[in-house]
Amino acid sequence: MSAVLDVRGVVKAFGDNVVLRGVDLSVDEHQVVALIGGSGSGKSTLLRCTSLLETVDDGQVLLDGEDVTDPRVDADAVRRRLGVVFQAFNLFPHMTVLDNVTLAPTVVHGRSRADAREEAHALLTRIGLADKAGEYPDRLSGGQQQRVAIARALAVHPRVLLLDEITSALDPELVGEVLRVVREVAAQGMTIVMATHEMGFAKQVADTVCFLDQGVVLESGPPEQVLGEPVEARTRQFLSRVIDAGRL
Amino acid sequence: MALRRRRRPGPELTASLTGGAPGLPAPSQLELDRRAFRARRSRRSTLVALVSTLVFAVVVYVGVTNSPGWPRVQTTFFSLSNAREAFPDILRGLWLNVQVLVIGGLCVLVLGLGIAVLRTLRGPAFAPLRLLATGYVDLFRGMPLIITLYLVGFGLPALRLQGLPTSPFVLGTLAIVLTYSAYVAEVFRAGIESVHPSQRAAARSLGLSHRQTTRIVVLPQAVRNVTPALLNDFVALQKDVGLISVLGAVDAVRAAQIEVGQTFNFTPYVVAGLLFVLLAVPSARIADGVAARARRRQQSGSVL
Repeated sequence: MSAVLDVRGVVKAFGDNVVLRGVDLSVDEHQVVALIGGSGSGKSTLLRCTSLLETVDDGQVLLDGEDVTDPRVDADAVRRRLGVVFQAFNLFPHMTVLDNVTLAPTVVHGRSRADAREEAHALLTRIGLADKAGEYPDRLSGGQQQRVAIARALAVHPRVLLLDEITSALDPELVGEVLRVVREVAAQGMTIVMATHEMGFAKQVADTVCFLDQGVVLESGPPEQVLGEPVEARTRQFLSRVIDAGRL
Repeated sequence: MALRRRRRPGPELTASLTGGAPGLPAPSQLELDRRAFRARRSRRSTLVALVSTLVFAVVVYVGVTNSPGWPRVQTTFFSLSNAREAFPDILRGLWLNVQVLVIGGLCVLVLGLGIAVLRTLRGPAFAPLRLLATGYVDLFRGMPLIITLYLVGFGLPALRLQGLPTSPFVLGTLAIVLTYSAYVAEVFRAGIESVHPSQRAAARSLGLSHRQTTRIVVLPQAVRNVTPALLNDFVALQKDVGLISVLGAVDAVRAAQIEVGQTFNFTPYVVAGLLFVLLAVPSARIADGVAARARRRQQSGSVL
């Protein structure tokens, strides 16, 4: 197995606030990595640095061995190989569900409209929203919108799917339908990096769980180990707080 | 960020609720009392409004017609025979204003949008363009329209350059376009900045370039957000096209002026003024409608 995504010593600061203090992370093909950690531990920032929505202050991000943090690299071309799903869905409100999903395949990847539509319909069927193709996003529930956002990200056949706390803005009863889609996508072999607060889901789906604390990966390994028998005191402390909140 | 194609159930919904929707149980006595009270209150407010409007109109009418100078004012400003005589010329002049309005309005939209996009470009490479656009907006938004008209209308032809238009119609339109583009550019820029950055992030992470993101994702939302403001500027433009008369173009205002110069009766000005008002009313109503629809979108279901 080769590393699809390789994060090496990434540092990122916003002004005086150092969010990432040298993060290392390696993601192999078909692997699912869950990033856990408290608010402000750097999970989202790490994903945003990986998708080049932020520039790193030091370190490297390698995608299929290519240093994408090199300023000479065409950032648009790199983003074409990634799929990103956001906490707040960020669907385009002036476009129908179908147009949201076919936008990147047609405009960025130059595929024919008919071709892109056909695949979009297949994707929408997969996530159970085939009948919503003609609707506008604000007519859908949060869970439906987030599933469309996943379909939109998958439509470009990304090398890696980056999921940034995709269930945090959802009502508890809608979380399940979104996680079902993610589980299915993972089962089909997609490489996934997800920041999440859903420990139970991380335990079931992830191959590796990384606990981020104060800008570094404090502990990582199989979910049974990190979530079950954490070595670090900070990890135990974090998990006990999560259990107290009823989230595990 | 609900957008336009969504039709809010408006009056129909209210009607069906007060009338009792099918499937709902018959309204309780409490609800029936509430409805009766609301109906009484609304009848009373209508009555109060009608009476107070009437009283105000009568007071104004009596006050004006009993003023010592009224007979004189009536013959100088509201002479029916003068109005009838001046009307055809003024109407012909108004046609010129409409032409300036349509051509100028389209040019303003294109130029304004272009300048707004230039102003929102990021990165040091675009600094000169950004600076140029900012300077343009500062200059023409600050300069009184009448002075821009003089500079363009009399200054440009004075250069005696080959091929430069000398018609007051073209030069007047140019001056108006220069000024209004600066205003409209700022309206568009406000619209562009009102689109949440997460929309840009979503588009860029799909691999769209900056230009594609602006064109396909940001601008459509921006334009919808500022449509009411744009229509407001359009109404303002409708009357400002009358200013091309200072360059000698025979528009409605100039036609009225000529008439006034011959008769020393000011009625033609009033006629021209009323025609401009008539021209502005439809677009003012459209602007109201668009604004009301935007309001309904944002606070559906609220009674306030």
